[in-house]
Amino acid sequence: MTYHLQFGSLLPYWEVLAWGIVFTVVLTLVSTVVGIAVGTAGASARTFGPAWLGAAVRVYVELIRNTPFIVQLFFIFFGLPALGLRLSETTAAFLAMVINLGAYSTEIIRAGIEAVPKGHIEAGVSLAMSRFEVLRYIVLRQAIAKIYPALSSQIIIVMLGSAVVSQISAQDLTYAANFIQSRNFRAFEVYLVSALIYLLLAIGTRALLRVIGQRFFTVT
Amino acid sequence: MSIIRALLAGFLSVALVGMSGAAQADSLDSIMKSKVIKIAVPQDFAPFGSAGTDLKPQGLDIDMANLIAKELGVKAEIVAVTSANRIPYLQTKKVDLVISSLGKNPEREKVIDFSNAYAPFFSGVFGVKDVAVTKAEDLASKTIGATRGAIEEQEITKLAPSSATIKRYEDNNATISAFVSGQVDLIATGNVIAASVSTKNPARPAALKFLIKNSPCYVGMNKEEPALMAKVNAIIAKAKSDGELNKLSEKWLKNPLPAGF
Repeated sequence: MTYHLQFGSLLPYWEVLAWGIVFTVVLTLVSTVVGIAVGTAGASARTFGPAWLGAAVRVYVELIRNTPFIVQLFFIFFGLPALGLRLSETTAAFLAMVINLGAYSTEIIRAGIEAVPKGHIEAGVSLAMSRFEVLRYIVLRQAIAKIYPALSSQIIIVMLGSAVVSQISAQDLTYAANFIQSRNFRAFEVYLVSALIYLLLAIGTRALLRVIGQRFFTVT
Repeated sequence: MSIIRALLAGFLSVALVGMSGAAQADSLDSIMKSKVIKIAVPQDFAPFGSAGTDLKPQGLDIDMANLIAKELGVKAEIVAVTSANRIPYLQTKKVDLVISSLGKNPEREKVIDFSNAYAPFFSGVFGVKDVAVTKAEDLASKTIGATRGAIEEQEITKLAPSSATIKRYEDNNATISAFVSGQVDLIATGNVIAASVSTKNPARPAALKFLIKNSPCYVGMNKEEPALMAKVNAIIAKAKSDGELNKLSEKWLKNPLPAGF
């Protein structure tokens, strides 16, 4: 059985596809920045903060890491309105990704923080640096440098996982692919093209993260 | 000897043909004589026909079947069928009528006959009571949910004004969830889905705003049954005028008969 490829059938929908790519990129960018910030805060709170705060962070991390992302997303989008909180699909997508990345990066960064030799912290304290300065200048830079590959991988995973937000009608790349497929019925070409775009986005993101890592998080 | 044999064979075959011709009685006659009418109904398509919690069939089509039997003054024998075998059951005379959310199309019209419509089966825009929408133009700057790829979604994409926002979900369940949770106040879907929403979620029912496409349900019967067709159509007309059809629609589809039915 021969199948005749017709990539041209996607051309009339190039705009839908383009906006889908833009949405995915912006969503990933913003939720990565905020998610890493949440992760850093969480990891610091767990290692240096009071016991009750550490416990709260631990509950949050275990809850998010042990439930599926799509279930978290559906809970935020379909479930929260029952409690009076009705979010648009873009806000819900962003929130779900931040919460998800925040939990995973908390654990990753915490591993990095605990790998920083205690002597460095003591050296900083003995130089009359405040706890916050120790954290910022001594601990975090080393911590993130150590776990940078793991963190990059997690960011890519979250970016690819963002495809799920199409399920709540957020107009990302997968939503665009599904829409085009429902109009021209060429599932093979449509999903091949969108998979290739995701691949290119992943390669591009990894390259960007490598550049950032070399610039900011290389400890000699 | 052979001539006598031939004559005998010829006489017998004519007699047999004659007998079978005489046995070709009208369906309505045999129903009235036996006091039983066999009607095929769906068993897997709520709210038209499904098994209740007591495993007895219940639904709009079962109620309709019982109504027709009552009006004829006979007993209804309910035969559960599927979409695939309902027309074969009719053709092989296992049943006299098919009342199974049956839609009319040219292929079917070649093999069976259809009565007048008795129940609506349509796609439309449904929504909460306090949203004022009566036609496609009223959807300007409003948000409507729809299931991607469904006929209603394709139609509403064509009908809705450019300022309307259409949110496409991957399946009927997500569309229903979006409506029930309050993420959208309007959905474009089939009346069966809307009925299911209103039944399971009476706090936020989906009322019909306007019709997109109509494909009502007909009673199916064999061709060349003019007496039965006339009787069934008469029963349907009476049920429409005295409000019985509307009652069935309200009970099972949670919406009155659409205007112009």
